[in-house]
Amino acid sequence: MSLSRMLENWSRLNQRDYYKDEPIMWGMSIDLNKCTGCASCVTACNAENNIPAVGKEKCGSGHTMSWMRIERYWDLPEGEADLAVEDSEYPERGAHFAPMMCQQCNHAPCEPVCPVAATYHTPDGLNAQVYNRCIGSRYCGTNCPFKVRYFNFFDYQEDIPHPMEMLLNPDITVRSKGVMEKCTFCVQRLRNAKGDQADKGIRGHVEDGAVQTACQQSCPTDAIVFGNLKDETSKVSHAWESHGVELNRHEQFNAEGERGYRVFEELNVEPSVMYLDRVRDTNA
Amino acid sequence: MSDFKMKDIEWAKINEDVLASLESPRKAFWIVLAVCFALVLCGVAAEIYQYNMGLGVALMNNPHYWQTYISNFVFWIGMSHSGTLLSAILLLTHADWRKPIYRFAEAMTFFSIATAAIFPVIHIGRVWDMYWVLPYPNQHAIWPNFRSPLLWDAFAITTYATSSALFLYIGMIPDLAICRDKAKGWRKKLYTAMSLGWMGRATEWIAFQKTYVLMACFLVPLAVSVHSIVASDFAMSIMPGWHVTSFPPYFVAGALYSGCAAIITLFVLLRYLFKFEAYMTPEIMDKTARLTFAIAMAWNFLNLSEYASIWYSHDMFEHEMLIDKFTGPYAGVVWTMLFCATVVPFAMAWKKVRVNMWAMFVISLLIQLGMWLERFQIVSPPLASNHEPWTQVVVWPGLVQMTITAASFGWFTMLFLIFCKVFPSVSMYEVKEMVYHRNKHGKQKLQDLDKIKDDMIKTEEGLS
Repeated sequence: MSLSRMLENWSRLNQRDYYKDEPIMWGMSIDLNKCTGCASCVTACNAENNIPAVGKEKCGSGHTMSWMRIERYWDLPEGEADLAVEDSEYPERGAHFAPMMCQQCNHAPCEPVCPVAATYHTPDGLNAQVYNRCIGSRYCGTNCPFKVRYFNFFDYQEDIPHPMEMLLNPDITVRSKGVMEKCTFCVQRLRNAKGDQADKGIRGHVEDGAVQTACQQSCPTDAIVFGNLKDETSKVSHAWESHGVELNRHEQFNAEGERGYRVFEELNVEPSVMYLDRVRDTNA
Repeated sequence: MSDFKMKDIEWAKINEDVLASLESPRKAFWIVLAVCFALVLCGVAAEIYQYNMGLGVALMNNPHYWQTYISNFVFWIGMSHSGTLLSAILLLTHADWRKPIYRFAEAMTFFSIATAAIFPVIHIGRVWDMYWVLPYPNQHAIWPNFRSPLLWDAFAITTYATSSALFLYIGMIPDLAICRDKAKGWRKKLYTAMSLGWMGRATEWIAFQKTYVLMACFLVPLAVSVHSIVASDFAMSIMPGWHVTSFPPYFVAGALYSGCAAIITLFVLLRYLFKFEAYMTPEIMDKTARLTFAIAMAWNFLNLSEYASIWYSHDMFEHEMLIDKFTGPYAGVVWTMLFCATVVPFAMAWKKVRVNMWAMFVISLLIQLGMWLERFQIVSPPLASNHEPWTQVVVWPGLVQMTITAASFGWFTMLFLIFCKVFPSVSMYEVKEMVYHRNKHGKQKLQDLDKIKDDMIKTEEGLS
């Protein structure tokens, strides 16, 4: 951005809600009540986004690359956070699963810290990562409260045995070592959908359901809903509205029966992903 | 003033002694140099291995992205600050005990920046694209991100390295002229070129003094801002344990602290290797140790106030992080740091310790260990205890990281020793100045005292 452009648009740059007038803001809603922890979203994501399978050894040393991960939490009695699972009072209730990927924060902490501006906010609400520009300082990763950025510590793609590289998705790049990557909300699909609409002569609008993310598509219980938050008729807007979740808040005030929340809202990072709290039968 | 034994050194002898240091150091000099060179070679091998294989061989992993490369960077930047303190701040405050030791402190400043500047390069994933952090005109028509503290780092380091090199060089010009007059062979050529035709005229001295003081005035705020910017790398983030507003002054104090310890280490080393016993006297060591002690207390105060502000805050994550620091997997590091940097300096309360070279050598090494661990415990534990419980991963630096760390010490010492072998590491003209002032003012002051005494006796007699 040149200085003259910056000065011309100063008032707009200072606007609190910079992308207020944009027609699209991608958002998601994940219902933890429906999530069974089957990890098909993880698999679908790996296949769609050319994410390397790092193998047992590198997985053990913490070099896993899956953009989506299933976090498993056990319900422990109030105030006993350090208890081992076996000693807890309710092992029979099972674990609680939370799929966690890039929350596409609107006040993303990763964006201002990148020295080369390789990560920035797109007008449609995505937290974009430009692989070509990334120099691998990993500052974005350390500053991410969700720790959903993954760094290519090795050149994994070189290890793919010969015919297997045919499996790679041609719509998306293959990342080399030294580059940070993360969930993009399947940006290649979003761009295609926008392009299709533009071909039909419709600009700035994508019909609800015309585009699905890989995780959403593969979820057997439909726990993941994805769409345009600016479109009031979309499923995801409905989910946000009916569970009392609003943007520009650092705490949601859920009414009776509403169970929406965003992770680490108190940090004021404005995630675009809403979770629906899991309801537990405490008498079981 | 009377605690100085330097009055006895003749001016001509100062030249001879310092010039002799360029020719005939002790044999140990070559041994130290060889060890340092071997360390550097090991480090280069480790870096080549890491470059080819990918950063994963350094055993950092996905949530634990930063480790010793960043802590080394902060450590070496920090060490550079005391050179500026000793040469610039003490110059402006007219503390003339600095004169025999400030030249090597300035050299230390420059070479520790040179060491620090390597670490961002080793740290980043795509070294070959490192130049993208500089705002140069390019056909992509894209700027670097001016909001990023890492970019501020790039500016701060280049500014600081340039100006401290200039400061070192300018301060050395009169001495280079002395060397030029005595040297032969390649040294003659080198010194002739570098002394810029210095003749020692009065006008030259006036211009020289003005430039030197001006540079000192520029360097002091610069040094403070440089380490504040390095502190911003952490303070500007939202990580618990990093997001601390008191970090900039805390980092500056820590920088001066570890730098003073480094000055003491190099003081003892140079004194022995280059036979500077007559110049680097126990009295100067005493003053340096007192300064170090004062800074140690400032650092400890800021450290405690950081803990206190977290302890009495309501930030749950910061709170947990603090408890985890003292009881968690990195507790050993934190307690060793507190022992080395908080308990050990109290040994300097005794004068016997302050003037004992070997004791001070050991103390300074312990303090430096403590300060290195301080940087490690700033970088690593917060990555193992952050907001997201799922990604709290404990990682210890592996062989590659430790080899490169050791190599950085070798690299620094190697450059430093080569500098001391090629250039005069004790400022000849300033020591002469000091001896002159000491002799003149010393006598005058004694006469004055006698006069006052006489006056007092007379008044007393008059009263009675």
